[in-house]
Amino acid sequence: MKRRIPLAITAVVGIVYIFQYFVPHEPVSRFSDWFSDWFGIITAFAIWLGALNLMKLSLLKVSQRKKDWGYALVTIIGFATVMIVGLFFSRGASFQEPGTNFMYLYDNVYNPLSSTMFAILAFFVASASYRAFRARNKEATMLLLAAFFVMLGRVPVGDLITREWLSLPHWLWLSNWADWVMNIPNTAGQRAIMIGIALGIMSTSLRIILGIERTFISGE
Amino acid sequence: MNKKVVPFIVIALGIGLFAILAASRGFAVTLGAFFTIGIFSFLYKDNPYYKFSEALFVGISAGYWFVSLFWQQMYSKLFSQVAEAYQHTFVNGGGWDDRWMMLVGGVLGVMMLMRLFPKIGWISRWPLAVIVGATAGLYFINYFVSNGINQIGATIAPLQQYGKDGSLDWWASISQFLLVVGTLSGLVYFYFSKEHKGAFGGVAKIGIWTLMLTFGASFGYTVMSRMSLLIGRMDYLVSTWLGLVK
Repeated sequence: MKRRIPLAITAVVGIVYIFQYFVPHEPVSRFSDWFSDWFGIITAFAIWLGALNLMKLSLLKVSQRKKDWGYALVTIIGFATVMIVGLFFSRGASFQEPGTNFMYLYDNVYNPLSSTMFAILAFFVASASYRAFRARNKEATMLLLAAFFVMLGRVPVGDLITREWLSLPHWLWLSNWADWVMNIPNTAGQRAIMIGIALGIMSTSLRIILGIERTFISGE
Repeated sequence: MNKKVVPFIVIALGIGLFAILAASRGFAVTLGAFFTIGIFSFLYKDNPYYKFSEALFVGISAGYWFVSLFWQQMYSKLFSQVAEAYQHTFVNGGGWDDRWMMLVGGVLGVMMLMRLFPKIGWISRWPLAVIVGATAGLYFINYFVSNGINQIGATIAPLQQYGKDGSLDWWASISQFLLVVGTLSGLVYFYFSKEHKGAFGGVAKIGIWTLMLTFGASFGYTVMSRMSLLIGRMDYLVSTWLGLVK
């Protein structure tokens, strides 16, 4: 019950998904459609599980008056507000249409908070790049050169320098070099990484489907 | 002055300032600016204003996904499908309807929530097995096709590239050659079952150079995208909120 059935479910679902790529007909396609819908529903419940667990921990923190319990209360209030507004006061399934109360919260609270959260990473990335882009050896110099061409070639001042001030020929403009770096060496490296990832994921998937890899059922 | 009074004075001044700005610039845009500055305040140091904004962000994010997934998955794939199946089977007398199978998904979903109760938490392994099995099967095929076959197919292209007038395009041909060499040498670098020595080590070295160029380009691109986001937030504060730049 606790181990064999989950392993059997994993194997059946995984094999049906692989099989339906080669035989996209009845009855395989019907099973894969069911599994896809179940996957969506279970994923939604899994995210709910995460949100409810966050609420459980926050409520415990508030009730036991632990350190910084006030911020846990803010989290609970934020969650409850969006949940009530989104479920009951935002035109039902059309909750994401412009003008709903849900979108008001999204545009004026969620969006500024999330964009700024990612925007402050600019400062940390700038600090990290200062350390990474130092020409200490051949490899680090290549890293620096690629980043230099991409960053300077993608802003107007890059072309201003090479085209207007230095009057260089077309093929020496920084924007062209940035495009070349992105299209040739960057693509070559990305392809090597992507093919490597594909081999890794395929072998791991097979291990999971065949029941060799079973850490997802409590760390065996 | 009593030190206990200071936070209350700061909060009162903040509310006053917020009210004045909200009245002059609009409530919604001032609310957005309030939270934007709250997150930016972390650049000075960790402080209560940032912690408040961060805690609210966590709660609101959880609420956002809670509501979105309810309407997009549970409502559209479970409740409305089962309601239509009920209509078909019992009201119209149409017999079995495939949409009844969505109930299985619903039951598995409820089983997933059992993880909240430690004593019966093992029940959540069943729906977890569906997710793991589906992901494994789906990724096996998707990565085999998109990351494997498609990337290999795109790399195996003629080395001679011709221009529009039919003449040999030297630059495009050299670039194509470098693309093939870079991809193959990158793959050689990732092959760790043989020691990187001799000719094999030389090819792996070229692979490292290719990867360093890739990482440099990707890092540069990431820096640019973060800067673009920062400019967007600054634009919101300076133009949209304060109206200083038009």
